[in-house]
Order: sequence, then structure tokens, then C-alpha cells
Amino acid sequence: MFGYLIRSVLQAIMVMVAVAFIAFSMFRYVGDPVASIVGQDATIKDRQELADSLGLNDPLILQFGRFLGNAAKGDFGISYRQGRPVATLLRERLPATIELAVISAALALFIGLGLGIYTALRRDGWAANLVMSLSLIGVSLPTFLIGIGLIYFFGVVLRWLPTFGRGETVAFGWWTTGLLTESGRKSLILPVVTLGFYQLTLIMRLVRSEMLEVMRADYIRFARARGLTDSTINFRHALKNTMIPVVSITGMQLGSIVAFAITTETVFNWPGLGALFVKSVEVVDIPVMGAYLMFVGLIFVVVNLVVDMLYFLIDPRLSAGRTVAAK
Amino acid sequence: MAATDAPKPTLRQRLNDSDLWLAFKDSPIAVAAAITTVLIFVLAFFAPVFAPQDAFNPAALNLMDGFTHPMERGAGSSMLFVLGSDAQGRDMLSALFYGTRVSLIVGLCSVGFSMVLGISLGLIAGYVGGRVEQLIMRIADIQLSFPGLLIALLIFGVARGLIPPNKHETTALFVIIIAIGLAHWAQYARTVRASAMVERNKDYVQAARLIGIKGLPIMAKHILPNVMGPVLVIATINLALAVIEEATLSFFGVGMPVTQPSLGTLIRFGQQYLMSGEWWILLFPALTIVILGLAINLLGDWLRDAMNPKLR
Amino acid sequence: MTQPVLSVRNLKVEFVTRRGTLRAIDDVSFDIAPGEVLGVVGESGAGKSLTGTAIIGLIDPPGRIAGGEILLQGKRIDNLDKESLRRIRGKRIGMIFQDPLTSLNPLFKISEQLVETIQTHSDMDAGQARQRAIDLLTEVGIPAPEKRIDGYPHEFSGGMRQRVVIALALAAEPELIIADEPTTALDVSVQAQIITLLKKLCRERGTAVMLVTHDMGVIAETADRVAVMYAGRIAEIGPVREVVQHARHPYAKGLMGAIPTLKATASRLVQIPGSMPRLTAIPRGCAFNPRCSEVFARCHVERPDTIKVGKSQVACWLYDTKKEAAA
Repeated sequence: MFGYLIRSVLQAIMVMVAVAFIAFSMFRYVGDPVASIVGQDATIKDRQELADSLGLNDPLILQFGRFLGNAAKGDFGISYRQGRPVATLLRERLPATIELAVISAALALFIGLGLGIYTALRRDGWAANLVMSLSLIGVSLPTFLIGIGLIYFFGVVLRWLPTFGRGETVAFGWWTTGLLTESGRKSLILPVVTLGFYQLTLIMRLVRSEMLEVMRADYIRFARARGLTDSTINFRHALKNTMIPVVSITGMQLGSIVAFAITTETVFNWPGLGALFVKSVEVVDIPVMGAYLMFVGLIFVVVNLVVDMLYFLIDPRLSAGRTVAAK
Repeated sequence: MAATDAPKPTLRQRLNDSDLWLAFKDSPIAVAAAITTVLIFVLAFFAPVFAPQDAFNPAALNLMDGFTHPMERGAGSSMLFVLGSDAQGRDMLSALFYGTRVSLIVGLCSVGFSMVLGISLGLIAGYVGGRVEQLIMRIADIQLSFPGLLIALLIFGVARGLIPPNKHETTALFVIIIAIGLAHWAQYARTVRASAMVERNKDYVQAARLIGIKGLPIMAKHILPNVMGPVLVIATINLALAVIEEATLSFFGVGMPVTQPSLGTLIRFGQQYLMSGEWWILLFPALTIVILGLAINLLGDWLRDAMNPKLR
Repeated sequence: MTQPVLSVRNLKVEFVTRRGTLRAIDDVSFDIAPGEVLGVVGESGAGKSLTGTAIIGLIDPPGRIAGGEILLQGKRIDNLDKESLRRIRGKRIGMIFQDPLTSLNPLFKISEQLVETIQTHSDMDAGQARQRAIDLLTEVGIPAPEKRIDGYPHEFSGGMRQRVVIALALAAEPELIIADEPTTALDVSVQAQIITLLKKLCRERGTAVMLVTHDMGVIAETADRVAVMYAGRIAEIGPVREVVQHARHPYAKGLMGAIPTLKATASRLVQIPGSMPRLTAIPRGCAFNPRCSEVFARCHVERPDTIKVGKSQVACWLYDTKKEAAA
């Protein structure tokens, strides 16, 4: 059993290191650290000296190690654009993104799961077909259009909800939350719907197709042949078997919901990490880009680790020491 | 032996009899989606022929036509603006044709790029096996869980950092195609590699290796026909995704520039006029993207169901 | 004559596809007496498994029963509603499938799967059901059943799993068991054990068995009567000794002749030239006529009636005592 866990952790670390390396390469080779510090008139000798003092001529491994060490401490350098430490920027914007992401994820998960099961079991009903058609539209609609549409209807035409920003927030130490104020809560509604909608349709379609697949399995046929009731077959057997691939893929989806938030944050002027990232791409602010990449990588890796643990709890075949075949 | 006394069926007969065609005729949705897609493609690629106005040539515009409502004549040139005009007197209908053309070019090229890259990597992974295969597949797995948008944005940003600013606009098309293309190779690689894994143990590959001929081209020749079906399904769905992603990037302001606008760029402009009442500048490009995306997705969905042997 | 346990009359099963309606089972009739073992043999695709599936009411769309009657103890079961049919399954008709690995849900313990089956068809509480489950496992020959009952399917060997499957099928004491290729997926050494076990248990309980297989050796050992199916029709049906040693229908003759025996003097196995027709291209008249060595004019025109010959019934014009001038 521990072999499985250790393997998962090792894989997680490897992925993190790979992501860090990409970020490091960006820092080091795209854009010029030296040029951003000295002016145009510096001589070659000056640049060389600066490069030496910054450690830019040391062996690559050493530089990378230094980068990792700094990253672990939360030091990502200074933003080219804003002149402030990147870590500070990240910290300011983190709560906005986390609140948005977590609430959207929870919504998408529960509704998506429920609808997925419903449309699988009531496959030929009109309600199921309607839901499936709507979901197809959901996958075809670009998120930013959904956002714009919602803003227009609920913000401009109906004037029920705010059209941008987080509303008033309450601070707890360095964390800020919008959940405690009415304007904060109202501001959350449209962005959550926008962000969650795409995730929801994905999860729903996934659950449905996995469940349909499971319903065709031999053990379900045998269960039928033994005269088990529909509810036993659907909700005891089929559901449990569906969960395995669903948990794994859903986990990966939700792990990157922070990244999916980029579009939503931009459309709603939500002061989160995603909006920060887009800005940084526009102006080629490499430190911010790199730091964002590492952060997203971290979230992804952590969520995946949690998913692996869950897998372990659900599938008894794993405790026997075998690994589940990769999909 | 069941003797075939009848003459060998012609290609036309074989096509007519094929399962795919039968399924296609049966499904009104598939037919509608296909017709819509073809229509949009034709209108877009032959934009110079169909468009009433050369929308992105400043010389063809008349400022006095600005903000004409749909189905009204412009104040300056008295031209009929079927879908209205924007701030510079640009005919929205024509802008739509040209913009869609750009969107489709980006979409098709990036899909082509992804396909070539993905299939190649999948073949290599499947053929070589071992560490190389594991590495490629790991990367593919990780990449699949991230939104293509993030990867495309990242690549775009890096490219911007490497290309001098004065060349940004002219290279935008290439950069976007490569960025979106690089974000989506993983699905193809996975499918092809699965096929390759089956093939590489077969006798003819082993034999080739023994003699010293490279097994890879021979294996490719056998795998590719089998794998074309699923690849086509992936490509279709990928196309819709690529078009939407490009629109999103342009909407952010990091995609196609003003001089060569795509539907996303048009939407970006339209957005500022939405609140002030000139709704048509935003609505029509938005509608086009939705219809295009929907039609392609429907086709892709239908194609996948039609090719699934278990559902026949 | 005692009433047969199962009576199939003029059964027709069709598949509605894009290419038209295919008739997979075309006018099949037979009876099974209480406690009797009826073997059903034929090539792959002849319709043997489908017949079993139709009897227990588990045909999935686009397949459907298009005509005929199925009677259990004299009462029709083919036209029952879903719930009544479910109650019959397991309790009065049991079914065993080919692959014991996929017949058991890998995520549930054996005890759970046994207890739920027992409780579905009786009023026992959990404790009683568990005890009954252990007793069943003892009967099918699982050593140390009290310990092993809490194991998962993957912890059992192939032969053991099939024993568990048999236990599950017999749990509610049905009157008829349909065994669909129960030994095909097992090692040769285990096959004999399983067949012997099945035969013993059914004999003890007086349960009738419909044994579907393409393995003639098993039939010769185990069955009381045998039906030979071809292209969705019964070619010959009769006591096993008669059919195996003195087959009358040319196809059945060919089938029995193709069985390798230890005292075979010929150096080549007898082969029936050609192959079974696809469902879309069944010949007019007798389905076997393209391959029959004794074919004559009538065979191409009229489909043969089932003609009584000795204790068997044969669907072949060769045995028509009221020969018409159309020969």
C-alpha cells in the first residue's frame, strides 16, 4: 500500500520540478534580466559584471537550484511591469481566485454529477435529451461570450447584479473574502455561473458516458440475470464502478480550474490571478508569467495527489498492489 | 465459398452502401450541421467575392456611414448595410466574412499542426517504447489536464518576448497558429500510440527490424489507415475548440491584431459599444462564433457516434 | 407427460438496423423437462446464446422478440411487464455467463454480492443470508468459505470465480439454469470440474439446465438431449446418444464428424465446406442448402418442416415420408 502512495508523491515531485524548469527557462532566457536592470548605455563590461553578480554565468544546475530555493521561499523576483515583488502580487490576488474557483468547482461537481447520472439512466426521456442539447451548446459557447451575455442581461438590462469587480470584501490577515458582504456575494454569482458552466457540462458529459459504458458491462448483465432491482443495480453497482474513471478525470479538471478562471476573471474584471496573468502576457512580464505557471502547477499536482488517494480508497484492486492502468 | 457472381461494386456503390453514409442520411442534425459548416466555409474563404465591401481596406470606408443600423442605408455612401456598420463605417456583413476567414485559417492550420505533431509523436512513442514512450505520454497526460488556453497564452507570451516588438503584428498569425497547435497535440498522440502499441509486436514489424529495415515507416503505413477515423473525430472537435480559443485570445487583446482581425477581435471592439446601444457590432460576430462552434461540434459528436462500432 | 419446465414455441428474434430488419432467430421451438439437461450447440453466430438471452428477457435494443411464446411451467413469460420479469429472474430462471472474471463486480466483496442476491429473493435478514451464502460456497466447493467470503473477485482464481458464479445463480433455487458457454473461458483442466459440479448440483435440486456451448465433448458427457442450431434455426433435436452417434441432418452429421476422437483413422478432420451465411444473406428454403452434400431441388424452395425421425426431430426434407412430386 505504501508503495502506491510513495510512487504518487514521487510523481508529483517530478512534475513540479519539470514545471519549475520551464518557468526557470523562461526567466533565464526569454527577456533579459540584465537589460531590465541597467540602462541602454551600460558597457559590455558592466553587463558582464552584473551578470556575474547575479549568478547568470554559473553552471545551469546551480542556477536552477538557486531558482528552486527561492521559489520555495516564495521569492519570484520583481515584476518587470509593476516593480513590486511578484510574491506580493500573487498574495494580493490569490483569495479572489481561490474563492471563485472553489465555489465554481463545488457547483460544477454536484450539479454535473447529478445531471450526468440522470441523463444516463433516463437516456431516452425528453428531459435528458434537452439537457444533452443544452450541454452541447455549453461546450460550443466560448466562456467569454457567456460572461458578456450574462453581464448584459443581468447587469445592464435587468440591473439585478453587479457587472464587474468583487464588491466589498472583508480582510482576515492577508486574506480577503467577499462572502461576508452582500455586495461581495452578489458579485460572485455571475462569475461563478460563467466559470462553473463549462466545467459542469464537461463533468456531466463525462459521467454520462462512463455510466452508459458501465451499464453495458457483463457484471451488470449478470446482476440483471440474478433479478436484482433497478435501484440496486443503478445506484449500488453502476454508480460505484462509474466513479473510478470519473474521479480521476474530474480531479484533473478541477485541478486546473484555477487556470480556466483566466477568461472569467478577464471578462468580469475580477481581481484574481488569471487576470494578472493575461496582463503579464500582454506586456511580457516574465517573472509574473513564470510565477503563475508554478502556482498553477502546484495546485494541479496537489489536487492530483488527493485524487490518487481517493482512487486508492475506492478501488480494492489497488490495495492488492497492482496499479490501475492509465486511461 | 460464397461465390460473388455479381460484378464488383463501383466506388459510388460502395460509398452509398457504407455505414457512414447511411447514418449521415438518417440524421437530420448531421446534415444540417454539415450544410451550415460548408456554407460558412465557402462564404469565408471566398470573402472577396461575396462581401459587399472590402472591409479592412481603409480606403473603401466612408466615415459618414458610421453606426448605421442594420438594414438601413449609410449616410455617406448610401450603401445598404444589411447587418449595420461600425464606428468607421465598416459593413458588418463584410467584416464578418473576412473575420471568419481569419478565424478559420487559424483554426484549420493549428489543427493541421497539432495533427502532424501529435501523430508523429504518437508513432515514435509507440514504436520506440521504453523511456521515450513513457516520457512522451507523461507529458501528454499532464498537458491534457490543462486548458489549452493557458498553454497557448504561455507560448504566446514567450514568443512575444523573443520576437522584437516591431514584428509583433506581422508574425501574429504564425505565433497564434503555433501556440494553439502546440496546445492540442496530446489527444492525437494518445490515440496513435495506442494503435502503435498493438502493431509493434506484430510479425511484420519484428521481421523488418531483424532485416535492418526501419520498422517505423512500415508500421506507419499500417497504422495510419486504421487510426484515421478516431483522428478525424478528434480533429473536428479540436477545430471548434481552436476557433473558440483563438477568439478568446483575440478578445483578450493578445490574439489577432486590428489589421487582420478575426471574429474575436471584432467582438472585442463590439464590446465597448454594447452598453452605448450599438448592439449589432457585438452581436453578429458573437452569433457567428456560436453557430460555427455548434455546427462543428455537432458534426464531431455525430461522427464519433457513427464510428463507434458498439453503438451500431 | 409431465409439464415441461420451459416451453419455447415458434420464437422469433429480430434486430432492427439501418440496413433493414435481420432475423437472428427464426421460428425456434423446443421443450425442457424438469431436471433435464438440454444441450444447445452450433457455430458462433448460430443464435444459441441469443436464445438463452431471449428466454430470460435480457435482449437489448435494437434486438427484440418478434414473435412466438415462451412458457415457464405453462405460463407465458415473454409478455410480462418489467417488474414481473425481474422477479422471475434469479428466482425461477438463473443464468451463467461465459467469463467469470467480468461477471463479478470487481469492486464488491463476494459476500456482498451473494447476500444481496439472497435477500432480494427471500425475507432473510443479513445474518441468515450470510450463513446461507457460506453454505452455498461450501456446496460449490470453495475451501474455507467463512474466510474467503469476504474476499474480492480478483483474489480468486478463474475456476473458483466460476464456482462463485454458479453459487450466485443457484442462490434463489431457480427451476431452470441457462448456462451460456460456462467453461469456454476456463483452463482445460478446470473445465471438467465445473461441468461436473454444475451437473451434480442441478441433479440434486432437480433444476433443469439449458447448456449452450460449441464444445461437443461437454455435450456428449453432460446432456440428456441436444439441439443443433444453424443460422437461427434448429436443424436437429433429440436424445444426445442418438444425435451424436447417428446424426441425421447433414449439418449435424458434419458437426459430429468433425469432432476429433482418439480412435480416428482418417488423417484429416472432416470439414464442412463453406461457412454459415450472414444474417443478411440467408438462402431461400433450407438455410444449409449451399453447403449440403445431399441437397436436391426442394431444398432451394421450401424451408423444411421439423420431421420426427426416431426419437429426434430433424428439419430436413430428406426425411419427409410424405414425399411430394416436387422432389
